[in-house]
Amino acid sequence: MSIKRIADRYRAGVLKYAEMGYWDGDYRPKDTDILAVFRITPQEGVDPEEAAAAVAGESSTATWTVVWTDRLTACDRYRAKAYQIEPVPGAVGQYFAYIAYDLDLFEPGSIANLSASIIGNVFGFKPLQALRLEDMRFPAAYVKTFAGPPTGIVVERERLDKFGRPLLGATVKPKLGLSGKNYGRVVYEALQGGLDFTKDDENINSQPFMHWRDRFLHCMEAVNRAQAATGEVKGHYLNVTAATMEDMYERAEFASELGSAIVMIDLVIGYTAIQSMSRWARKRDMILHLHRAGHGTYTRQKTHGVSFRVIAKWMRLAGVDHLHAGTVVGKLEGDPNTVQGFYNVLREPHNAVDLRRGIFFEQDWAGLNGVMPVASGGIHAGQMHQLLTYLGEDCVLQFGGGTIGHPQGIAAGATANRVALEALVLARNEGRDIWNDGPSILAAAARHCTPLRAALDTWGEVTFNYASTDTPDFIPTPTAA
Amino acid sequence: MRLTQGTFSFLPDLSDAQIGAQIEYCLEQGWAVSIEYTDDPHPRNTYWEMFGMPMFDLRDAAGVMQEVSACRRTFPNHYVKVNAFDATRGVESLRLSFIVARPQEEPGFSLIREEGPGRQMRYTLRS
Repeated sequence: MSIKRIADRYRAGVLKYAEMGYWDGDYRPKDTDILAVFRITPQEGVDPEEAAAAVAGESSTATWTVVWTDRLTACDRYRAKAYQIEPVPGAVGQYFAYIAYDLDLFEPGSIANLSASIIGNVFGFKPLQALRLEDMRFPAAYVKTFAGPPTGIVVERERLDKFGRPLLGATVKPKLGLSGKNYGRVVYEALQGGLDFTKDDENINSQPFMHWRDRFLHCMEAVNRAQAATGEVKGHYLNVTAATMEDMYERAEFASELGSAIVMIDLVIGYTAIQSMSRWARKRDMILHLHRAGHGTYTRQKTHGVSFRVIAKWMRLAGVDHLHAGTVVGKLEGDPNTVQGFYNVLREPHNAVDLRRGIFFEQDWAGLNGVMPVASGGIHAGQMHQLLTYLGEDCVLQFGGGTIGHPQGIAAGATANRVALEALVLARNEGRDIWNDGPSILAAAARHCTPLRAALDTWGEVTFNYASTDTPDFIPTPTAA
Repeated sequence: MRLTQGTFSFLPDLSDAQIGAQIEYCLEQGWAVSIEYTDDPHPRNTYWEMFGMPMFDLRDAAGVMQEVSACRRTFPNHYVKVNAFDATRGVESLRLSFIVARPQEEPGFSLIREEGPGRQMRYTLRS
């Protein structure tokens, strides 16, 4: 720019964001840029390029007016640049806006810092009706500033000595109200019946009916009894979520002293607390389970919020070993392709662009460990062939009601799930078509397993057939049975 | 008790044909199959004895089955398992591991409790 043009650019007053330099249709993202794609719904009369520029501006250096102090900085470099806009297929008035951020805008290894920029101020911005962060791309240099999952899928399997099949879990039910002694009973029955893990629910912390310490002691008695009964390594996710970091560390230390293989936290504790617990878990050789409590408030609706695939990427960076990521077939929201996209983000070493599954960017995870996705919510043994087909081997399948609600008891419920799973893995490896033959494979397995027969009789026909809200934009989406 | 380590321990004991089909699957994936045996199946006993090296270059399921049979003949009253190792970057670990022979009688484990302060318990699992 000529001196006169620069002087004009920085004259006091209000300029459009695009004119301030936050839109650059010629910009080619650098390999070291952090990229984001937003779904923007501009207010009527707001030009989409200006709306995209505003998002770039408000999530990087801009304020609403020209400031002369920009000229004290390398402001051209620090400005995020909206560089591409495309209409969302089949959605009038919505656009995908691609924005590039220079790496120096971010503190290394801090999800709090990253999210304060990318979703900090911009979501309340008036010229937009709605805004959704759809996906992000992190350069390898940035990925390498995070330690990632403290254990990772491979080491978790080696530590548990469990290979070749999904892991099985169950959440203790009822999730609130049991005393420590009764709670531990559920854990013992489920683990000795055949599950690998049991789990505290997201809101079981330290309530009047069961203090956390009492819960930990009873659960570890149950875990050890079940290990002796089966010769397998077992675990119970002890939820250490609490009001303060001091409380969480105290509970986690106690779990570690008792020899627990795994502890659990909730997404609502916040990104910084999650990273602190990740660092703690790495020091203690502890598997860290994350329940995504609260995510539905901002991930479910397509027009506004943050896609869960972004949360999944942030949590892989932040460093958790397990993350709930949907079931496809269960009681909770989840379109098959979208959920597979989440699973791929969590556990693949490299993601290619895959618009069918909602993945907008290529992502190299630069050697960062994989996160084990957890499928939990309204699933039962009769769906095992669908779960195995959709979700693959490296995941935890959690059957809460589908274990504890079994007509012959909790241990029988656990056995039914384990037999169903092993029978299907065996058949799949033998080359059988488990998608179509699943029901007959399960029926055959039930001939030597009464608990499986009872489970199929009780739940065989239960399905949750509702249209998903969070679906990919690039293909018509079938609903799972 | 029935030791339920391994991928298929909740199913009735696999026949040789079923074991062969699993080995076939492993070889198709390009994994190296190995055989291990022990008389100490403690869940933290990571290192069962190796019955020879992993068969990196044996790509024939029938040949692997002969090794399985040889191991079972040599150690008729031990646990024997078949492992499949995947050397792909990012895995470099087992992908399948299942028991193919058990002792006539499985003794199980006893749980020893050592009481500590504050109702804490130290647990020891003894084979």
